[in-house]
Amino acid sequence: MILQGRSFLRRCIFSTDHKVVGIQYGITALFFLLFGFCLMLLMRWQLAYPGTPIPWIGQWLGENRAPGGVVLPEFYNELGAMHGTIMVFLGVVPLLVGAFGNYLIPLQIGAPDMAFPKLNMASYWTYLLGGLTMLVSFFVPGGAANSGCTAYPPLADIATAGQTVWLLGMVCIITSSLLGSINFITTIFQLRAEGLTFMRLPFFVWAQLITSFLLLLAFPPLEAAGILQLFDRVAATSFFLPSGLVVSGEPLKVSGGGSALLWQHLFWFLGHPEVYVILLPSMGIVTEIIVNNIRRPLYGYRTMVYSVIFLGLMSFIVWAHHMYLTGMGTALSAFFQTTTMIISIPSVVILSCLFLSLWGGSIRFNTPMLFALSFLPMFGIGGLTGLPLGVATVDIHLHDTYYVIGHFHYIVAPGTIFAIFAGIYYWFPKVTGKRMNENLGQLHFWPSLFLMNGIFMPMFIQGLAGVSRRLYDGGAQYAHAQGVLHLNVGISMCAWLLALFQIPFIVNLIWSMAKKEKAALDNPWEATTLEWAAPTPPPHGNFREIPKVYRGPYEYSVPGAAKDFTPQSEA
Amino acid sequence: MDFAKLFPLPVVASAHGHKIDMEIYLVHLLMFLLFAAWALFFVIVLFKFRKKRNPQADYSGVKFPVAIFFAVAVALFEAVLLMGFSIPFLAEQVNALPNRPDTIEVRVVAEQFAWNIHYPGLDGVFGKTDVRFLDKQSNPVGLDPHDPKAKDDIVTINQLHLPIGRPALIHLRAKDVMHSFSIPVMRVKQDIIPGMSVATWFTPTQTGQFEIACAQLCGLGHYRMKGFLTVHSREDFDKWLDEQAAAVKEAPADDFWQ
Repeated sequence: MILQGRSFLRRCIFSTDHKVVGIQYGITALFFLLFGFCLMLLMRWQLAYPGTPIPWIGQWLGENRAPGGVVLPEFYNELGAMHGTIMVFLGVVPLLVGAFGNYLIPLQIGAPDMAFPKLNMASYWTYLLGGLTMLVSFFVPGGAANSGCTAYPPLADIATAGQTVWLLGMVCIITSSLLGSINFITTIFQLRAEGLTFMRLPFFVWAQLITSFLLLLAFPPLEAAGILQLFDRVAATSFFLPSGLVVSGEPLKVSGGGSALLWQHLFWFLGHPEVYVILLPSMGIVTEIIVNNIRRPLYGYRTMVYSVIFLGLMSFIVWAHHMYLTGMGTALSAFFQTTTMIISIPSVVILSCLFLSLWGGSIRFNTPMLFALSFLPMFGIGGLTGLPLGVATVDIHLHDTYYVIGHFHYIVAPGTIFAIFAGIYYWFPKVTGKRMNENLGQLHFWPSLFLMNGIFMPMFIQGLAGVSRRLYDGGAQYAHAQGVLHLNVGISMCAWLLALFQIPFIVNLIWSMAKKEKAALDNPWEATTLEWAAPTPPPHGNFREIPKVYRGPYEYSVPGAAKDFTPQSEA
Repeated sequence: MDFAKLFPLPVVASAHGHKIDMEIYLVHLLMFLLFAAWALFFVIVLFKFRKKRNPQADYSGVKFPVAIFFAVAVALFEAVLLMGFSIPFLAEQVNALPNRPDTIEVRVVAEQFAWNIHYPGLDGVFGKTDVRFLDKQSNPVGLDPHDPKAKDDIVTINQLHLPIGRPALIHLRAKDVMHSFSIPVMRVKQDIIPGMSVATWFTPTQTGQFEIACAQLCGLGHYRMKGFLTVHSREDFDKWLDEQAAAVKEAPADDFWQ
């Protein structure tokens, strides 16, 4: 093979092979995911036991962050802002798009590599640079960014130096996403194998295609906004600073005349499509796994494809539902409420199609399937609790409370992250030629499922009671929070236990990689899509010969067929 | 069973609050119904079609466009929520301001990490304000000492007093960063963006002391940016206003305004 003559460095570090880039993305993003999770574990101590020193770890945090082990409000805000940023921009999205997208798209469409392999490599290294920038920001004077992961000015404009580093990191991450999305779109349009029409694409590829368009069109406004905020901070411009600001009794020495509200529009113009950037690939992964394990075709494949296209389009005109309380008039809020209700319909359709697909199946319950199945009700809760927040009237009470935290975490944590786990268990045999341990997988799944609910379900109660988010003491100052404050201890316990039950996963991952398998199976799950037709692990160039496609992606249990699956590439 | 009892909402102390609560109940009812339908179907299907019980999958499966019916039902319910409740409510509560003659007007100026409350005083007219006159201790809202209308204005910190049964129109501004004026028991929450002035209003229906919270991250002291709202009976409120007016008059001019 081409690879053999190359040095280790060219093969495994500076490789342009989409699979190596995918694995690099995957490993890096898993580290960031773990790191972002650890930040939250520190915050949960402060919320459960406000003002008490964190045992063991507290003394290592430093006197300027946690004197005597007690987290300072500034540091708490740093943790909050960085948890959000790292989990979404450095953990979940790079896993879904960078890792799964990169690894699987060329394989699933029968292509030897991405359309622009060097661009692909550049995308990873720009991402890594952005990620390291974010990590470094913890060590600049004043600490990391502490104005929330939404970085609303004027607070973010006047914040400590960490915010500047945060903006630089964001610019790198966004650039990396743009490089990736161009590549994905071109690849899917240009490099599909012969016979692979759009209506024969696996649903995962459809989801990634729409996601790439969202990234391509929604990220530039945030990149522009980030650079404008950078100018505000380092070049004394006032894009987001109005005239007449007085901070701590002193007039702020800036020219003024800007608009703080403008940032929110630019931020959420990305922010909402970003939700679907997270959601659509998750739905794609889950669909692939469910359909493989029910051994029958998907119910309403076309309906799902049209729904996902419609979701993508609609996601560009709902952004201001994050801003109902900024003083928006009824005419404007009526528009955004209506679009928000409309966008819930295709989600309901996709979820219903997945549920209905189960009918008539012959369901196998393995670890990837368990994670994929639990995605359905968990995403269901996350989506449904979005409804009250989408209604501006109800939002008056629930805006910026723990209800919001519960809502979007149900989508990203037991929703999306479960989809990621499902995907890792499912495609691990293709990537390594080895299977992951089923018992350790179950030991990972069941506690995670219960603990995730233990963490996020009580937050709806706190939110309904009116407890605001981002409070350093969890709301201990307020009378209306007193009745629900005790829930924080239980939530924190669940969070720490959740951390404990990720150990089986980590052990499983490393141990399965290290163990010796007698013979690698090319198609251990008896699946139909093209990636399983490639050798295991797929070499540089992927296929022995470029496959031809003869049928749709999910031909399981075809009446009259010899076996219960008919691969796409089988004549 | 009383559906409302299931919700840990704070008490309602404003005239419009129960409308918001009603919509919270309704939308959650829709959510419960949808989730219960899905969950029931899910459990049945997982049991009925597990491999052991159903070794041979069925190629054709469900033959009716159930998903579409489901979507239409959800869309109808959502349309009722929006057109029947949310949009009319917003039109009368958010878009329109109270026009009753007994409306009481107050200005609130938020800063890190306090609420400055500004009453127009006995003449009922707010005095001119300007950042030039700001002083954190003696003149937190920047009243113009040369404006005669400002002489009787009442300024308090973190203490908002209102009478029961009269609409309270609150004009909100922020000095430094974004804040959000939130009184959970009144079902009132309004973001305040520096450089913009925005109004919110409500009619208290209960006397007592309540809390004002900041609901938008505004810095390291965000968690303790707490104010108090005291709702008086009408007589008590007039008495309180007189006391405050007298206090302002008595304050030696040199001390206060320089």
